[in-house]
Amino acid sequence: MANKEDALLEELTQQEYKYGFTTDIESDLAPKGLNEDIIRLISSKKEEPEWMLEFRLKAFEKWKKMEEPKWAHVNFPKVDFQDAHYYAALKPKVELDSLDEVDPELLKTFEKLGISIDEQKKLTGVAVDIVMDSVSVKTTFSDKLFELGIIFCSFTEAIKKHPDLIKRYMGSVVPMTDNFYATLNSAVFTDGSFCYIPKGVRCPMELSTYFRINEANTGQFERTLVIADEGSYVSYLEGCTAPMRDENQMHAAVVELVAMKDAEIKYSTIQNWYPGDKNGKGGIYNFVTKRGICHESAKISWTQVETGSAVTWKYPSCILKGDNSVGEFYSVAVTNHHQQADTGTKMHHIGKNTKSIIISKGISAGKSNNSYRGLVKINKGATNARNFSQCDSLLMGNDCGAHTFPYIEVKNKSSKVEHEATTSKIGEDQIFYCNQRGIDTEQAVSLIVNGYTKEVLKQLPMEFAVEAQKLLEISLEGSVG
Amino acid sequence: MLKITDLKAKVEDKVILRGINLEVKLGEIHAIMGPNGSGKSTLASVLAGKDSYEAEGTVEFLGQDLLDLDPEERAALGVFLAFQYPVEIPGVSNMNFLKTAINSIRKQKGQDPMVAKEFLARVKEKSALVELDAALNSRSVNEGFSGGEKKRNEIFQMAMLEPKLGILDETDSGLDIDALRIVANGVNTLKNEDNAFIIITHYQRLLDYIIPDFVHVLYNGKIIKSGDKELAKELEAKGYDWLKEEAEAV
Repeated sequence: MANKEDALLEELTQQEYKYGFTTDIESDLAPKGLNEDIIRLISSKKEEPEWMLEFRLKAFEKWKKMEEPKWAHVNFPKVDFQDAHYYAALKPKVELDSLDEVDPELLKTFEKLGISIDEQKKLTGVAVDIVMDSVSVKTTFSDKLFELGIIFCSFTEAIKKHPDLIKRYMGSVVPMTDNFYATLNSAVFTDGSFCYIPKGVRCPMELSTYFRINEANTGQFERTLVIADEGSYVSYLEGCTAPMRDENQMHAAVVELVAMKDAEIKYSTIQNWYPGDKNGKGGIYNFVTKRGICHESAKISWTQVETGSAVTWKYPSCILKGDNSVGEFYSVAVTNHHQQADTGTKMHHIGKNTKSIIISKGISAGKSNNSYRGLVKINKGATNARNFSQCDSLLMGNDCGAHTFPYIEVKNKSSKVEHEATTSKIGEDQIFYCNQRGIDTEQAVSLIVNGYTKEVLKQLPMEFAVEAQKLLEISLEGSVG
Repeated sequence: MLKITDLKAKVEDKVILRGINLEVKLGEIHAIMGPNGSGKSTLASVLAGKDSYEAEGTVEFLGQDLLDLDPEERAALGVFLAFQYPVEIPGVSNMNFLKTAINSIRKQKGQDPMVAKEFLARVKEKSALVELDAALNSRSVNEGFSGGEKKRNEIFQMAMLEPKLGILDETDSGLDIDALRIVANGVNTLKNEDNAFIIITHYQRLLDYIIPDFVHVLYNGKIIKSGDKELAKELEAKGYDWLKEEAEAV
């Protein structure tokens, strides 16, 4: 019997990354390296106004003097920023009016991913802005959104069509000099998504973007800005898969959310980038800065299911500036094989009666390392602030690590901060119990993991939750012997 | 139906079962009694296929040797173990767990998943049998259940899965008299000419409610005495010492 299990384990751990394929589309590629000329090239390729170029150059000047953060519980070789391409646009770069005009190779890729635009178009209620290597290919449903005054377009288009909004809000939540990777992004970002919901409008559909890194050796620098004006509501979905690569690819995105008075933003992410092979070779480096600001009585809710990347460095955070505002963070982070993740959140309470909730579920398998790092900061003026944090870690096998680094800074005596943490191991007893009822080990693991992550998964929109569940199963196959 | 021949088992070089021989026929109830540490629970675990035990000998069940099968294959063949300490599975509802179990077994047998209507009807019927509060079914498996609820849940699961061989591992320990009666009633209702039960217990009192056809005494990894229900009563009155002496004298 033991042999049988070993064979099963062998077979399952041999499982390669399911979405590892590349698309053969001719790319418009800038030469390797990072300097002022490259930044000017990016800006001119994108036909940007002068003020945008100035923003980039200023960020680049600052970045040159900065150093990579070293405090995260991750280990990887130093990235050579001069040995990467900073711009890759798909050819031919023309405006497309219908799917017929889209490169058939590209359509095939989407089909392989199970997210063909064709299918997406039919899906009622989901508008998709697909970003493949930096340039937005097509935005659907924009007409319908336009009627409501909702703007949902690529960042590049927003720079041209809505310069006032961009100038006003870009860098307002994540300042240009916030951190090494955010500053780099400010200098070289190539595209991303922009969303504006006008006053009092409830966005009737889930807005969603699929990101995908395609060109070999291209760092991808996305920038997303979501603005929910007074009393509005929007649910935004972001999901990604990437093709298999041997060399490490770096991704440093910036996401800024602005929730005005009484507005609510729900931002959900499924992250499934190539994690490297089972020996730890290759894989995406994911260094993301995500932050939202809540004005009076506003609410921002981050939900993330992280299964990919070789190295993850990511802390979606909330600045609770307005009185009575609410911040939420729900996270499932899975690491397997040699993956490393250092992820968590910051909840910064500034306004009175502000509330935040943090639910973090880490799952470590293989030889991976999974860390939760969170900061709850309560300012002097944040009277009656409340926080509840729950950080659970689940271990599978004996070679992985789970770490929790909670930081709490409280400067107001009326506040209430609660922190609960548990670490457990998927018990052989639990698995045997399932086995005895006729459930095989693979299915038992997925049952137990689904139960463990339920609190987070239920925050996701229905179809996204189903996708997330499948992803968890794939990511953990063969983790228990 | 079940024929255990010279079954030996050890865990990490510690020998626990030293050659068990036992035959169970359809329609029979066998009780296994014995002092602490005699190997009763090990026998139950080995029959169910817990892999921390190294077992040898043969366990013939419906024409197959159980020792060659994985635990889930044994379950599909009709072996059910009511655990002494049922585990908790947070976040997984009792209903979802049972549905997964039933359909996994059906899949192994090449059958289609059970339709929802049939499943719900069965849940209603069987939970009434063990007087299990319907609300428990939407709660996570055994999480926050009282000791008695956990044991009744085991019998409920057994009723749902309709096994050929039900093994009850000290299901009666920790139960008050009402719960004991409910558990016994569940077993008596499920019992028919087409299944069999092995009941492992410390105390004779359960056997006042479930009348065994045979009683076996396990001591130091071997069955040292077999008899009918009167043997259980004798043990209750005299304890195990006289049997231990008898066994050691041999």
